[in-house]
Amino acid sequence: MSIPADLKYTASHEWVKTNADGTVTVGITAHAQDLLGDMVFVENPVVGRNLAAGEECAVVESVKAASDVYAPIAGVVVASNSDVETSPETINQDAYAAWMFTIKPTNSADVAGLMDATAYQALVESEAH
Amino acid sequence: MPFIPHTDEDVTQMLAAIGAPSIDALFDEIPAALRSGKLTQVPEAMTEMEISRLMHERADLDGRQLNFIGAGAYEHHIPAAVWQITTRGEFYSAYTPYQAEASQGTLQLIYEYQTMMASLTGMDVSNASLYDGGSALAEAVLMAVRAHKGAMRVLMPKTVSPLYRAVVRAMVKNQHIELVELDYDPDSGATPVPTADMGDFAALVIPQPNFFGVLEDVDVLTDWAHANGGRVIALTNPTSLALLKAPGQWGAAGADIVVGDGQPLGAPLSNGGPYYGFMTCKQALVRQMPGRIVGRTVDLEGKQGFTLTLQAREQHIRRSKATSNICTNQGLVVTASTIYMSLLGPEGLKRVAATSHANTRSLLAQLCAIPGVTQAFSGYGFHEAVVQLDRPVVPVLAALQAQGILGGHDLSADYPELGNALLICATETKTAADLQRYAQQLSLALSQ
Repeated sequence: MSIPADLKYTASHEWVKTNADGTVTVGITAHAQDLLGDMVFVENPVVGRNLAAGEECAVVESVKAASDVYAPIAGVVVASNSDVETSPETINQDAYAAWMFTIKPTNSADVAGLMDATAYQALVESEAH
Repeated sequence: MPFIPHTDEDVTQMLAAIGAPSIDALFDEIPAALRSGKLTQVPEAMTEMEISRLMHERADLDGRQLNFIGAGAYEHHIPAAVWQITTRGEFYSAYTPYQAEASQGTLQLIYEYQTMMASLTGMDVSNASLYDGGSALAEAVLMAVRAHKGAMRVLMPKTVSPLYRAVVRAMVKNQHIELVELDYDPDSGATPVPTADMGDFAALVIPQPNFFGVLEDVDVLTDWAHANGGRVIALTNPTSLALLKAPGQWGAAGADIVVGDGQPLGAPLSNGGPYYGFMTCKQALVRQMPGRIVGRTVDLEGKQGFTLTLQAREQHIRRSKATSNICTNQGLVVTASTIYMSLLGPEGLKRVAATSHANTRSLLAQLCAIPGVTQAFSGYGFHEAVVQLDRPVVPVLAALQAQGILGGHDLSADYPELGNALLICATETKTAADLQRYAQQLSLALSQ
C-alpha cells in the first residue's frame, strides 16, 4: 500500500500535505480506504469551521462501516472538496489525490509533530499483526 | 404449555457451568436500593381462561358507543381482508426480522409501504416506520437540529397536538433543544406567519390539518421558514393527504421532513395502540433520517432483491454516533397499513377523506344550529372542528355518553382560553342518521 514520502500522517490514518501558502490539505490514507472498502458517502467540514487538533470533523462511510475523520492539527477550514462528496469512490481510486479539506493551521509548526512516512509505515505494519 | 424453553435441569446445568448459585445471583450487581422488590400492586398471574374472561368483561364496559372523538386517533372502516391477510403466518410477526435479507417478502412489503408513503407525502424517501406520531415528530425535531448544525431551536405551534408537544418535550429536553411555541390566531384557529424576528431556528413544525382540524396556510409558512434559514417539518394526517396538497409541494421548495401517525390507515383504535409513526424526507436528508430503510437492488445474477440499506447510520454499526437509537419499526401495523392502502387505492382513500370531510361539515352545521353551540374558528377544516358550548363540557359529554354517544374531545384543560370547547370528528363511518342522532341528543342535553 503506497505511503508517499512527501506527506505527513496521523495515527488515525489521515494524510497531511503542506501547501506552498502554508495551508495543509487532509485526506485519508490508501491503507485506511483499503480497510474501509468501497466508499459510498463523504461528509466534509464546512468552510470557516474552527477545529481543535484531534477533533472529529468529517465522516467517511463505506459499504462496511462509517468512520470519523479527525483534524490532524488545530486550524480553520479554508476549503472543502465537494468532488469527493459527490464521488466518494475517488478515495478508493487514489486516496492521495482525493483530498477532503484544507486547514489554515493555528500554528504551522504543529505539522512537524506529525508522523513521517517511515513512522506511518511502521504503524501500519504493527497494526497488521 | 410452558413458553420458557429451558427445563429446571437445563437451568441448573447452565448455572453450574458458569459457577452461579441462582438466576437471581446474576443480578447481584444491581444494588438492593435500586430493586423494586415485590410489586404488591401487580396481581398474581392468571390462567388463560381467567384473563380471557377478565378482558372480555373490561371490553364490555366500553359498550357500543357512537364515537365522535378524533384528536389524533381516528375511527375508519377497515376492510376485513386487511387483518385477515396481515395475520397470515408469513406476515404475523411484530418485529423487523433480524436476519433481514432472509425475509424477502417482509422486506418487499416494507419497500412497497415506503413507496406509498413517499408518494402520499410527496417526498423522496421514507423509513420503515417509527413507534407513533408523537415520537416520530420528536425524531423529526432531532433530525432537523442535526442537519442544521448550529441552531438548537425549533418553532412549535400551539396548534400541534398537546400530547405530541409533551412527547417532543420529554425526548428533547435534556439535549439542549429549545422548543419555541407559536400562538394561533384566535379567529381562524390557524398559525399566523411570525412577524417578530425569531432568531436562528433549525425548523418550523407545520401541522396540517392542525389539532383544531383547521388548515394552516402551509405555502406561506413554508416559504417563510425557508427564507429565514429553517427547515420545515410537516405533521400530517395521512388520510387527509388524499385530498390536500402533498407536503412536498408546499410553498416554493416543499416541506423537508414529513411525519405523522399511521393509525388512520388500517389500524383499529384499540384503546390507544399499537399505532405507528411514519417519516419521509427529501433525499438530501436521508443520512440524517432515523430508523430502518429498505432498498431494492439486484443480486449477482441480476435478479431483483430487497435489502436493508444505509445501515451505517444505525446504532448497531455506528454505536453512540448513530443518527438515532431507533433500530426498529412497527412491522405488523405497517403491514396492515400497506394492505389497507393497496385495497383502497388512491381513489378509495380519496373517497374516505372526502366522505369524512363532508360528514364533519354536516355535523358542524347541525350542531351550530342548536342554541348554545357556536363554531370556534372561521378556518376551513378537514374532518375535525371545534365547537364552543354555553356551559362546561364535562357534564354535557357525560349526558351524551349516557345516550351511547362519545361526543368529542374536551379541550378545556389544554386550551383554557377557548372556554367550553369541544373537538368533534365525524369520519366516513358515520351515517346521516348518526349525525342527526348526535345533534338531537346534544340539543336535549343543552336544553336541560
